[in-house]
Amino acid sequence: MLITCPYCGPRDVIEFTYQGDGNRERPDPASQNFEAWNAYVYDRLNPAGDHNEIWQHSGGCRTHLRVVRNTLTHEISSVAFVRGDHQGRGDHGSAARRKAEDKS
Amino acid sequence: MAEYSAFSLLANALKGNKDWKPAWRKPDPKASYDVIIIGGGGHGLATAYYLAKEHGITNVAVVEKGWLGSGNVGRNTTAVRSNYLLPANTRFYEHSMKLWENLSHELNYNVMFSQRGCLNLAHTPAQFDDYARRGNAMRHLGVDAELMTKAEIKRLIPALDISDSARFPVVGGLMQRRAGTARHDAVAWGYARGADRRGVDIIENCEVTGFLRDGDRISGVTTSRGDIRARKVAVAVAGSTGRVMQLAGIETMPIESHVLQAFVTESLKPFIDTVVTFGMGHFYMSQSDKGGLIYGGDIDGYNSYAQRGNLPVVDEVMSEMLALFPGLARVRMLRSWGGVCDMSMDGSPIITTGPLPGMYLNCGWCYGGFKATPASGWCFAWTIAKDQPHDLNAPFTLDRFHRGLVIDDKGQGANPRLH
Repeated sequence: MLITCPYCGPRDVIEFTYQGDGNRERPDPASQNFEAWNAYVYDRLNPAGDHNEIWQHSGGCRTHLRVVRNTLTHEISSVAFVRGDHQGRGDHGSAARRKAEDKS
Repeated sequence: MAEYSAFSLLANALKGNKDWKPAWRKPDPKASYDVIIIGGGGHGLATAYYLAKEHGITNVAVVEKGWLGSGNVGRNTTAVRSNYLLPANTRFYEHSMKLWENLSHELNYNVMFSQRGCLNLAHTPAQFDDYARRGNAMRHLGVDAELMTKAEIKRLIPALDISDSARFPVVGGLMQRRAGTARHDAVAWGYARGADRRGVDIIENCEVTGFLRDGDRISGVTTSRGDIRARKVAVAVAGSTGRVMQLAGIETMPIESHVLQAFVTESLKPFIDTVVTFGMGHFYMSQSDKGGLIYGGDIDGYNSYAQRGNLPVVDEVMSEMLALFPGLARVRMLRSWGGVCDMSMDGSPIITTGPLPGMYLNCGWCYGGFKATPASGWCFAWTIAKDQPHDLNAPFTLDRFHRGLVIDDKGQGANPRLH
């Protein structure tokens, strides 16, 4: 199976680390809503068909990727950076970056 | 009188083997049953058998999408063991072991259960200490376990590279002598015949397409062969758990479906007479009575419903095999295949009432469901018959994840890839 990393191009799956269901939303770190935390940690969408999932290109550019892959055929229909779609909600990396940009 | 005996074999042989009855009927589904079991694999068939035998509930249908035993019961590597650390697992799997020990007699069907032992190899002193701890935990609960030294292992498995120059030198091992292997097809067929003879309808090529409801209550299933009603609907579909629960409107579960591959080599003369596992990776191997080496390793590591795997795991499994048995380098692999495993978030199963009224759920077997087949069926039948779990499966609830009561034998956390 090949995953086409937006930075590095098509690479073998062994370069990537699987991080599972990409539909889960991490609650606010200060949240004391245990139900939301439990759901985030343990509950997964597990579709037979297109699956929205997170991979890290750990053997390459190390970026986190949002991949839509069919769990019946392994066909990949889209690969995108996770970074873009998390701005402003709990993504410390982009928050820090914006802060740095504000100062400059 | 037993249907299969030395006498019946001889009598049928003399008559040209024309008088054998089919091992199970091929009935059409009735309009309703007391219990419908979705999934005609080992667990579903065992559940039907014990429902009929232990609880007298015989108005039961087992509905199976494909043919009987076409899923994981015919795809596993046939190992049976009860060498767990945590008490809930140890008790459950030891109950299973005890059922295995009498299974051929119980079913009057030779499941070829062979207690040839299962040896976990340790490659570091710390790992050896860890095995001592697990062995003590097992013995504390009455399960057999013994630590083996290098010299003893060398005598047991002469082909194993036990030298100090091995990639991961062996330090010792933990042996469970009562562990072993069984012929997986015979387990499915034996339970099927036992259930069938007690009145259970086994309905093959009958795919469940949805659930019937009576208010909030599940009251039957819609299938490719028509609607079937039942007071109780039990789900035992292993890797397809996600799909079937989605039909019932349950979108998320503490489960991911992953593919596990298995391999068999050409037939060899007797090479290894035990089950051996590698401690520095994930690899296990035994030899079938036909002579083929049966082995496997890790799951592919990402969600999959495809009953076939990818090459990186093949490569890894072969490397691990050669790290232990360099002498197998020129043995040819005959076949490889994949099965879809329902990986739970703590590596332990779920056998419970619910999650919907009228529904019963049996899932989360990860890649260790085969050895559990008798106890899984036994406990699930109890749970269905009495509407409450037996003590043995009471810890294996679905809500344990949300209540902080996980049973994580390996201590890996909520990451199915690592169980």
